[in-house]
Amino acid sequence: MVQVRFTPQLRRFTSTPEVDCQAATLGAALQAAFVQNPRLAGYVLDDQGHARPNVAIFIDGRRCTDDVGLSDPLQPDSQVWVMQALSGG
Amino acid sequence: MQTDRAWVATRKGLFELRRQGTRWQIKRPHFLGEPVSMLLPPQRDGRMLAALNLGHFGVKLHRSEDAGALWAEVATPAYPPQPADAAGVPWKLVQVWSLQATPGAVWAGTLPGGLFRSADFGDSWQLVRSLWDRPERAEWMGGGYDVPGIHSICPHPKRPQELLVGISCGGAWTTFDGGTSWANTSRGMRADFMPPEYAENPNTQDPHCIVRCASAPQVLWCQHHCGIWRSVDGGATWLEVKSAPQSSFGFAVAVHPGDPNTAWFVPAIADQTRVPVEAALVVNRTRDGGRSFETLRAGLPQRDAYDLMYRHALDVAADGRTLMMGSTTGGLWASDDGGDHWQTVSLNLPPIAAVRFG
Repeated sequence: MVQVRFTPQLRRFTSTPEVDCQAATLGAALQAAFVQNPRLAGYVLDDQGHARPNVAIFIDGRRCTDDVGLSDPLQPDSQVWVMQALSGG
Repeated sequence: MQTDRAWVATRKGLFELRRQGTRWQIKRPHFLGEPVSMLLPPQRDGRMLAALNLGHFGVKLHRSEDAGALWAEVATPAYPPQPADAAGVPWKLVQVWSLQATPGAVWAGTLPGGLFRSADFGDSWQLVRSLWDRPERAEWMGGGYDVPGIHSICPHPKRPQELLVGISCGGAWTTFDGGTSWANTSRGMRADFMPPEYAENPNTQDPHCIVRCASAPQVLWCQHHCGIWRSVDGGATWLEVKSAPQSSFGFAVAVHPGDPNTAWFVPAIADQTRVPVEAALVVNRTRDGGRSFETLRAGLPQRDAYDLMYRHALDVAADGRTLMMGSTTGGLWASDDGGDHWQTVSLNLPPIAAVRFG
């Protein structure tokens, strides 16, 4: 199963379900989490469904390559981490 | 509108203030640590809105049903899918820059230039396509931000179908039919930052802030990037006011709700040097429609002051006498006599984006 996990920083604002799902792409895995908390989508993605610039998404330890289409392929046991990029002040 | 309560939106929270006797005191922070870009103060029923601009996670709106006792997140205005052939700015919400209530609706002005309307106080929002789809929007441009934005929303209190918005940089636009259609109403404004032949182009004007007089709604005041303008015909034409002492550059303007000839401005040296003239903080007040001004200083720092009041950071209460202003370096001052005398409320707040009574 693909595991999707979110930075604890997000818990200040909204619930972050831990999702184990079957998903072939990053976008599909994120959608599995957003089904459980639709409001979470707006924290991770922008109006156009692209990853927010200051959100960093890792797949099996590597930064995702398609911030726009979220088409990065997943393995059946991939681990997806949605993190807060180091920015701001 | 209450005159003994005020709200200060800052880079690191929304602060609630109360007047106790003659002194203003910070009662408590809301959203401590989070950037609050704008608020809609409590309406008669106690409902209010706060717009957050989270650094990593985007813009969020929160609503209180009880004047700030409890908050809950509501829907965020969202742009529709951007067509592949839509040139120009990304259709992505950058900031809620203005919030305004009218009977039965709440309006949100945003960067990158979209106006949103909610009929359910924030549970849902609709982009006002009649303005967003205007071809002139291609000429709008950022002023201080990378993208254009709507910072002023001025409903006509006696004509529910009439609403004027101010855009940096896109001029002033007015609807007379509740948002079905729009007209650029910037005639008379002049943009010195444009090539000379385009200086009067209505779609590239940079009105920093526009306010409407509640009791004489045909009168509007505008602190423009290139000076001060006033309209006495609901925005159809604008006349430059050239008599302001020190400087006519600034961001904030407030108009007396009961007297269209009385307005307040906070001058800064120039757009290249956005600090008070001679490092002395002052307020310019006119009481004769801009023919003359008084420069008010009592109680304000008169040396080593580098405070700038941003466009939403000066407000006048419904009584026309109670004023408050806050600076981008965290200074907050209040007056209870129309600006003749000021008291320091705090010099240690985070950078202040907006001040509102209510």
